[in-house]
Formats: sequence, C-alpha cells, structure tokens
Amino acid sequence: MARLNTIKVALVGNPNTGKTSLFNELTGLKQKVGNYPGVTVDKKSGIIKLHDHLFAEIIDLPGTYSINPNSLDENIVLETLLDPKNPDFPDMVVVIADIENMKRNLLLFSQIKDLELPAILAINMSDMMEKRGISIEVAKLKELLKSEVVLISAKKGLGIEDLKDQICRYKSINREPFAKLTDRIDPEFFKKLGESFPNASLYNSWLRITHNHLPLKNLSQKERDNLESFRKDPEKLKRFQHRETVLRYQKINEVLKETVMQDNSKATDIRSRLDKILTHKIYGYLIFACILFLVFQSVFDWASGPMDWIDVNFARLSSWVSTHLPPGMLTDLLAEGIIPGIGGILIFIPQIVILFLFVSILEETGYMSRVVFLMDKIMRKYGMSGKSVVPLISGTACAIPAIMSARNIGGWKERLITILVTPFTTCSARLPVYAIIIALIIPPTRILGVFGLQGLTLFALYILGFATALFSGYLLHKIIKVRGQSVFVAEMPNYKVPSLKNVFYTVVEKSKAFVFGAGKIILAISIILWFLASNGPADFKNASENVTRKYAIDENSADYENKLASYKLEHSYIGVMGRAIEPAISPLGFDWKIGIAIISSFAAREVFVGTLATIYSVGDTEDTLTIKQKMASEVNADTGEKQFSFPVGMSLLFFYAFALQCISTIAIVKKETNSWKWPILQLTGMGILAYISSFLIYNLLG
Amino acid sequence: MNTTIADLNIGEKALIQEIAFDHIPLALLEMGCLPGIDVELLQIAPFNDPLYIRVNGSYLSIRRETAEKIVVIKL
Repeated sequence: MARLNTIKVALVGNPNTGKTSLFNELTGLKQKVGNYPGVTVDKKSGIIKLHDHLFAEIIDLPGTYSINPNSLDENIVLETLLDPKNPDFPDMVVVIADIENMKRNLLLFSQIKDLELPAILAINMSDMMEKRGISIEVAKLKELLKSEVVLISAKKGLGIEDLKDQICRYKSINREPFAKLTDRIDPEFFKKLGESFPNASLYNSWLRITHNHLPLKNLSQKERDNLESFRKDPEKLKRFQHRETVLRYQKINEVLKETVMQDNSKATDIRSRLDKILTHKIYGYLIFACILFLVFQSVFDWASGPMDWIDVNFARLSSWVSTHLPPGMLTDLLAEGIIPGIGGILIFIPQIVILFLFVSILEETGYMSRVVFLMDKIMRKYGMSGKSVVPLISGTACAIPAIMSARNIGGWKERLITILVTPFTTCSARLPVYAIIIALIIPPTRILGVFGLQGLTLFALYILGFATALFSGYLLHKIIKVRGQSVFVAEMPNYKVPSLKNVFYTVVEKSKAFVFGAGKIILAISIILWFLASNGPADFKNASENVTRKYAIDENSADYENKLASYKLEHSYIGVMGRAIEPAISPLGFDWKIGIAIISSFAAREVFVGTLATIYSVGDTEDTLTIKQKMASEVNADTGEKQFSFPVGMSLLFFYAFALQCISTIAIVKKETNSWKWPILQLTGMGILAYISSFLIYNLLG
Repeated sequence: MNTTIADLNIGEKALIQEIAFDHIPLALLEMGCLPGIDVELLQIAPFNDPLYIRVNGSYLSIRRETAEKIVVIKL
C-alpha cells in the first residue's frame, strides 16, 4: 500500500516506557505484522494519515536500552538505523522516554542523535509528573538537546496531535549530533575513522567497527577492508566503548541538572511492599506455584468448549463438502486434505489465546520480572536463565511462539539450551494423543475418592515433560562449550495495571505467529499426507475389487465403505511407508498401523488420532468413543493379543512425550538458531531418547 | 579485600568506586552503573543469587558474579 507521500517513522525507546501503547494509540487497528529482512522478529507497522497529502508508516522497533544490542530483537534497531539502504530505514525517528528515568532514556536518545538522524524526543507519562514530584523545563531541554521535545501520555492519548504535527515537519528537524564525545576518547583514532568513511556520520562508522556481525552487502570491498583495519585491537575498542558510556552520562547529567527537577519524597513504596511478598523465599515460590496452577487450570477449563466446537464443526464441514460437491480429486482434496488441515490448525487457537492472555497480563503488570528474579539461580543449574521461564510455560500451548519468546535471553548458550529443551514441555497437540491412550489403558478409578487415576496420569505426563526439559538442559549445559561472560541484566519494572489494549495486541500477535508460522506448515503437510494416503501402487488402484474379493462382500453391504477406506490406506504410499518402518518400531510394540499414524503426526501430533480412526475404518471420526472402542478391540496379527495393551500404551505415551514430531518446530528452530545443526541435533537427540525409553518401557512391562 | 556490591546487606547504600570493566556487560554500564554513582541493594533472591539493586534510577537484577566485579564504598 505504498502511497505517493508516505514517510517512514521509526519508534524507538526503552522497554516499559509505553512505546507499544504509543504505537497502538497512533495506528489503532491499522497495524500489520511483517518480518524484518532475514530474521523472524515480528515487525509491527501501520500507515496513518498525517494530512491530506502526507501519510506516515509508523514502525514499532523492538524496545532497547541502547543502540548496542544485547539480543536478537535489539539488533534489529541497530541494523535498521545504521544502513540507509535498509528497506525500513526511517525518514525520522521518534524516541520515546519515560519521565521517571530520563537519565537512562536519554542515553539511547543521545546515541540516535549522534547517528545524525532526524530525531525528536517524546516524553511519556507526562500526566504523572505532578504525582511523582517531577518538573521539566521543556524549552531549556529543547535547546540543550538541539531537538524538538513533545510531552505525551500514550495511555490517555494526550499530546498525540502535537507529536503528529512534529512528524509532519520531519524535513526541518535538527540533525546536529548530541555530543562530540569522540574527541575526548581518542582524537587521532576517530579522525582517521572519519576520513576513511567520509559519507557516514562518525558514530555510524564507530558502531560499524564495534559490531562485526552486521551485514556487509551494501559496502564496497574497500570499505570492508577499512572496517577490518580499525578492528585490529578489540580490547582497545572495548575500552573506548566504556569511555564513551561514561562521557555520555556526564553530558546527560549536565543537561538534566538544568532541566529536570525530581522530588524523591513523593516516590511511592508500593514497589518495595509488593516486592517483599512476591520475591520472598517462601511466599514468592508459593504465589508463583498458585498462579501457574490457576493459569493451567483456566487454559484447560476455558479452552475445551471452543476446541470441541471447532472439532465438531470442521468434521461437519468436511462431510458436507464431500456429500454436496461433485465427487472427484478436488472435492477429496478439499474434504480430506484442506479442511481437516485448517481445522487442525484452528483447534489449537483457544489454548494459545488463553495462555498468552495470562502470560501477557503477567508481563504487563511487572510480575514476570519478579519470576525471572526468583527462578534465575535455579534455572542456571539447568543451563538456562530466569528468562527461560516464559518460553517453558508458553511451551505448554505451542512450541512455536514459545521458542520465539526465547529471543530476549541475553546469553547465547542459555538461549540455545532453552530453544533445544522447550519442545519437551507438553504442548496442546500432545493432549488428544495422551487423552485417547490414557482412556484405553488406565482404568477410570479414583484414588482416595478424589483424584481420578486418568487425570493423575495426565498430570504425571506434564511433570515428565518439564522434568525432561530440565534434565536435558542440565546435560546440554555440561556438553555445550560456549565461552562468554554473564550477560544477565534484567530490569525490574514498576508494578502497574495492565493495559487491556496491549494485552489484546500481544495475544493477537502470538496467535498470528502460530497460525502463519506453524499453520502454513501444518496445512502443507496435511495436503502432502492426504496425497500419500489417497494414492498408491497397484494394489491401491484395484482396491474395490480386492476388498470385494477379500471380505466376500459387495458394494452395497453396510461395512463396505469402511473396509474399502481401510484397505486403501493400507495400500497407499503412506501405508507402504508404515510397513517399511515396521521392523524398526516393532521392538517398541508398534505395528505398521501405528507406524502410519506416527509418520502422519509429523504435521502435528494430534493427527495421530484421526489417522488411527481412518486405519481402523471407524468411518465416523467425530465420535471418539467409537475410535476408542475400535482401538480397544484391535488385535495384533502376530501375537494374537490386544494391540493397545498396557505396555504398548505406555510405550506410545513415552514416545509422544519425547519425540520431536513436529515439522513446524524444526522449521522455527532452524530460523531462530540460523543453522541446520541445532534442529537436526534436537530431532535426533529427542528421537533417540523417545526410542530408547519406549523400548525399555515396553520390554519392562511386557 | 575490597567491598563489592555482593558484600552489601539488604537495604545498604554505597558509592560505586571502581568497576572491572572487562568483566561487566556493556549493558549494565549503559544502564548507568558507573563509578561515582550511588547503588542500593534492595533484595537478594532465594539461594543468594541474583541481586536486586537500584542504581541511577533503574531497578535491576544482576547476578552475583557480576556484582562481585563492582567495588563500592559503603555510605
């Protein structure tokens, strides 16, 4: 939607400054989520109308404390602002600052000014000034910063028109740098640097030499060589960075001394009182456990209704299509491939929405940072950081958004281990599989009259998932050798009432990440699997003759359709594949039919149930009771015993608990780690664990 | 032995005297944790780590290993 006069405006600011609120206030519902080139970080932007002839694309860059990045998200800010050829390079930058911590917020502003970009400062929460005992001399601040300053309140929508007016004047914004710090660090070094890159601002070149991971594609060979020549002494560069930070703060303090008065006596003690309870060594954990319990309980309770509804209605839609549309390939593709595929994606949405509703509320209130504080030491034993708690909890809905949320973990090793172990947590796609197997092998008895044995088994599987995640984290921690210091610095934000708008947008964003990240792959694989299941070699093509001969029934008999479907699946390509892997999986107690179901569940684990329903020719897939009965009465052709015996069931449960049967997860791990090495390691590692544990369980119990 | 942030008691305030720059993430310095700045230890997490401090108007949690690299004078 590129309009003739659309300027690009980048929003930059510290986390927890109300940047997202400002973005939501500016763009409303007109925002869209895209990607930055080359990475999976969500790019949120929205086009707004400034006046009749001028539109602005507002780009919400990830929150950061500094232009020097500490995480993948923050790196986007650096890459976008450094390279004029970047597709998102802005025509102007709005830096949003929190009134309560002007000093730290001005650090980022001063860096952006030094890039000689047209930048203005928007000070948020101006409505809280009086309450917090703060006063600002705006005119003086403008003069000292050599920049426009706007007071706003994103939450209340104050000052937004002022800000828009300033954006309209983007052409006349002062580009003077904030401070010539470089002369005080090492004049000779920086003079040479400036001469080597005459077309860029000095600070731009400085950032380019201190960050050697930046893309070079827009640089000439000579410029690249020049960069390298300045990088010869990394220790010196580091010292310069420290010196720069010290000098920057000196200058900022000079500015603030003349412009901002803060009366600290008005500071509230809500923070310290809440902190005392929430980070207490006993109550802290107790409260966290209760909150977790409440969250999981609600996810289960609230999601089951909508999930059933989606399940039933997609099955209905499917059968409606197959009866009302003219028979043929296309109808089959629609009824058996596409519709169940989409249904299989949508069915996870209720759980994902509800879980992320809670997670984003907990983050918005500031509570999640306290959990990070409480859990860091514990998680470190398992090679992770306190910040790994959010991905691990999110993993109970879906590993895709969970793995993406591991991005703000600073240390590479801690982040990598989190990514590698998150798929062990019991995601919502495992639930239908667990549910049907538990129903088959665990009697519905009650212990002490309260706890159902089946429910306890499910609970035990959740614990198994978490425990395995931690245990493998511990192993990886010992195995993976990555040098590097602790980069753990976490802000403890103020407690606040969550903004419903922000919670809403986060939930939408996470659900979209699932639908478009995992959804596309699930749909594509559903279609491939449909093709493999509905085509096959010779026996498949003569299916109807063979069925009539084999069972001595004709096309009019009641059982014919089901028998035919079952026969077709057995002789389809996927059936051939199932037979081919049978020797490999029979030590686990699985026959070729389960083999087919295991292969198909690479789309999403829950496909297991539907596939078995087809194999056992249940016909009516809506009714789980029928599938259950069929499975219960299924007899193993070789042993003559019940196929879904207790040992086989347990073996299957362990297999599904451990194996990485999810192509979407493999794809997202590839993207997030930027290599095939880790997803392949993860796939094989989890596969071996699944195989061995299923083998042991089956043989110990059998 | 120098006193570091890791040696403070909860509620104690101190002045940052010296920082082993090479062992400190740049991010912490950029939060304003620099020589000459006041720091207050607000809370220590269970199991003695991380530490919850106030420095330069920011509320941060940092690990003990980092805190040990920041020399202070108690106020």
